[in-house]
Amino acid sequence: MTRRARFSLFLAGASCFAVLLVLAVLGLPGFGTTRHQYRDHAVAAAIGHGTANVVSAVNFDQRGIDTLGEESILLGSVVGAAALLRPARREQDHAPAGGGSVLEATRLAGYVVLAVTLLLGIDLIAHGHLTPGGGFQGGVVLATGLHLLYVAGRYPALARLRPLASFEVGEGLGAAAFAGLGVAGMAVAGSFLANVLPSGSFGDLLSAGSVPLLNVAVGVEVACGTVILLAKFLEQAITITGP
Amino acid sequence: MSQAVVAASLTFVLLMGTAVALSNAPERQAVTLSVLGLGLTVLFLALQAPDVALSQLGVGSAVLPLMVMLAVRKVRSIR
Repeated sequence: MTRRARFSLFLAGASCFAVLLVLAVLGLPGFGTTRHQYRDHAVAAAIGHGTANVVSAVNFDQRGIDTLGEESILLGSVVGAAALLRPARREQDHAPAGGGSVLEATRLAGYVVLAVTLLLGIDLIAHGHLTPGGGFQGGVVLATGLHLLYVAGRYPALARLRPLASFEVGEGLGAAAFAGLGVAGMAVAGSFLANVLPSGSFGDLLSAGSVPLLNVAVGVEVACGTVILLAKFLEQAITITGP
Repeated sequence: MSQAVVAASLTFVLLMGTAVALSNAPERQAVTLSVLGLGLTVLFLALQAPDVALSQLGVGSAVLPLMVMLAVRKVRSIR
């Protein structure tokens, strides 16, 4: 296909898309209006199960199966990236040389922020059903926080404090726990991921039924998966040399 | 007030998105991408979606640019 034909094909597709997009946007309710049918139903359902954070209720209770799909996508991506980033036949994994020196102030700041970040990650997961946050956000905070060790110290320190084998087990266990809670809902109430646990009283740490448990499962999976992903990238960038 | 914040952060996201697309080196793109992520975080916060803002902050401003930087470093070391 010539350049000209390709361009006219693109123009035809793009103009059709533009017309449909403009029509669709014109049909939307106005920006910032108070009329939201889905919101009204979702909030009622969230309060019915004692979940203070309605977003968590949508993610883990009302549309739990969507979240299971998202977690499976993450699991698959991590496995795929780890397979692609493994040392090739002609590459060698060697311990890095001592590396550059780090300012004492940088090191101190790194360790202080590390502790704060890990605490914040645990808080986000534990209160995911009450306040903004949840398993995914908390897991990402935990995983990135761990890499402050690399900023504060040296790569060997991070590598020592990060037993990858147990993170691999953790990732699998998190994903399996999510599916297991879904199967448990099916066994008790007859529908996958049914919220069968008692809802507790609105706003308590132990409320919202299975939502906090699913948050913990997702938190473990996301934290472990992100650590493995970043570890594979760091290995390739730092310790593996090839021909 | 909140309308002004929404308008300002939308404009910032528009400009930063263009800047990301026009950055010609991947390592510069990672930095502009990270700033775009911060702009999106402010936008989501202004639109009262703190859960999405947190995800955006973690993934868009920290993990993704870091992976791009590490990949660039590896590619440089091969050449």
